[in-house]
Amino acid sequence: MHLTDIEESMLDGKKGEAVREALAFQLEVGKFFGAKRFVPITNAHLMGDIEVMGNAGLGLLRRLSDHHGQCAVPTSTNARCMHFGEVEELRQDIVEIEKEKEIVRHIKDMGAVATDTCINYQTVYQPKLGEHVAWGDTGTVIYANSVLGARTNYEGGMSSFAASLTARTPAYGFHLDENRRGSLQVNVKAKLLDTADWGALGKIIGHPNQDYFSVPVFHGIDEMPLSDHLKHLGASLASYGSMAMYHMVGITPEAMTSAQAFSGRHPDHIIEVTDADIASVYSGYNYLEAQANIVVFSGPQLSIFEMQNLAKLFDGRHVANGMHVYVTTNHAVWSDAKRLGYVETLEKSGVKILQGVCFYILQRLTQIREENGWTNLISNSAKLVNTITAHRFNTILRKTHQCVEIACSGKLT
Amino acid sequence: MQWEINMSIKLQLKRAWGPSVEAPVLVMKEGFSPRYDLDRWTGVISRIGHTAEGQSIVGKILIIPTVKGGVAAGWAFYDLLQKGIAPLGLIFGKLNPVMVQGAILANIPIADGLDKESMLLLRNGANIKFDPSTKSITTVS
Repeated sequence: MHLTDIEESMLDGKKGEAVREALAFQLEVGKFFGAKRFVPITNAHLMGDIEVMGNAGLGLLRRLSDHHGQCAVPTSTNARCMHFGEVEELRQDIVEIEKEKEIVRHIKDMGAVATDTCINYQTVYQPKLGEHVAWGDTGTVIYANSVLGARTNYEGGMSSFAASLTARTPAYGFHLDENRRGSLQVNVKAKLLDTADWGALGKIIGHPNQDYFSVPVFHGIDEMPLSDHLKHLGASLASYGSMAMYHMVGITPEAMTSAQAFSGRHPDHIIEVTDADIASVYSGYNYLEAQANIVVFSGPQLSIFEMQNLAKLFDGRHVANGMHVYVTTNHAVWSDAKRLGYVETLEKSGVKILQGVCFYILQRLTQIREENGWTNLISNSAKLVNTITAHRFNTILRKTHQCVEIACSGKLT
Repeated sequence: MQWEINMSIKLQLKRAWGPSVEAPVLVMKEGFSPRYDLDRWTGVISRIGHTAEGQSIVGKILIIPTVKGGVAAGWAFYDLLQKGIAPLGLIFGKLNPVMVQGAILANIPIADGLDKESMLLLRNGANIKFDPSTKSITTVS
């Protein structure tokens, strides 16, 4: 890789040990992918919580902190694994809670803004067309590349921290024009109304085409989708397909026409998605006999409009016996939802709202499931019903209003 | 692919990084994510219905056709290493950057570009030598 004078000085340790370690790590990643140079970034989004970092990751963070590592660009943080609240049935390990607090302290000391959110693109920062960033959550990455036209790869673990410390990232993958061209044509003939329908579309395309470098191009979307729709589509494509970018002809900024979306590349194949295909996603889930089940609205965290909609659907109703309902959102949305009365409405209905976390990354989740005897997990998030499965929930995807009906009636339909 | 006199098989990879290792393989038939599929306290595949459900990744070279989403691998392999339950190598058909970032952090050798036909030649539990410097794997009797 070609290194500038500044990068050479970073690698020589002239910018401190934390920066040296960060750039050396990035250099190895860049070499693997054949990057020829680094590209400057304007924003970083850190992904790191004790559930996934463990003591090893915490030790690394302590080392960066001891070496006075400082964020060199505006930096936000992803959802956490600890809810830090008094939720009786979601007991988490006290020792691990303290470690999570230590992680937050180190991150703040580095100069990051602890937003604790996986919807930074809706609530924190919206990079512009062509802007290079380094974001460490797959749902944020695919939204940035596709909807905003910004440029980022998945920057997992140390990678997002390194980018924040060095203000750059290796130029490979979605930083380069050639990898942003469409590779797969999707003709949508289905009516997509609920966020769950958009997630189902993501599953249909992502699951059989797992490839980070595959870029689906959606045709036939004739009504302007909402941000929340595109959020669930992207989160699902990333989850099932490990995809980091899509185009939507006439809607996303690098796809004003089909020709622009493909930029001379021929699609590997063409897929048609009908109403029947979407319906078959829903019918593909089967309930298990159970005494206790949960309904979860999370993955990604809810926007203020999703909170408003849920409050409307739960208003005047109550969660049935044997059901538990959880919502996750970030601190910013929660504050607004509180001010606007949505929190009160939801809590009056028996819904529990967790701030700054995402449900599937909760620390001690397998034990929490066992302690509560939860069997079926119903959600309107296609991503969540995929990501949470290592904890052995039986997961069911349903539309938003169906989730509310199931929660309040207790009938598993 | 090269067949040698002792019937060992040599298979070529596209890109590779890390130290050379020799270990038995765990061949998966579907994508893998440490967060979606793995009990990260035992090293056993825990996702219900995963083709390798119930099998341990500890001390194995994992043969994985594709990846799933999930940024967790960026930290997870490093954590598994400290817990003493890490795999010894990662060989993919197709991978994403998180797997590479996570493997480099944990100093676990990683490669991609193993085609489907080659994967069929590898049997669960068979010993292989994975040499990133030559971008190759060789079965060891």
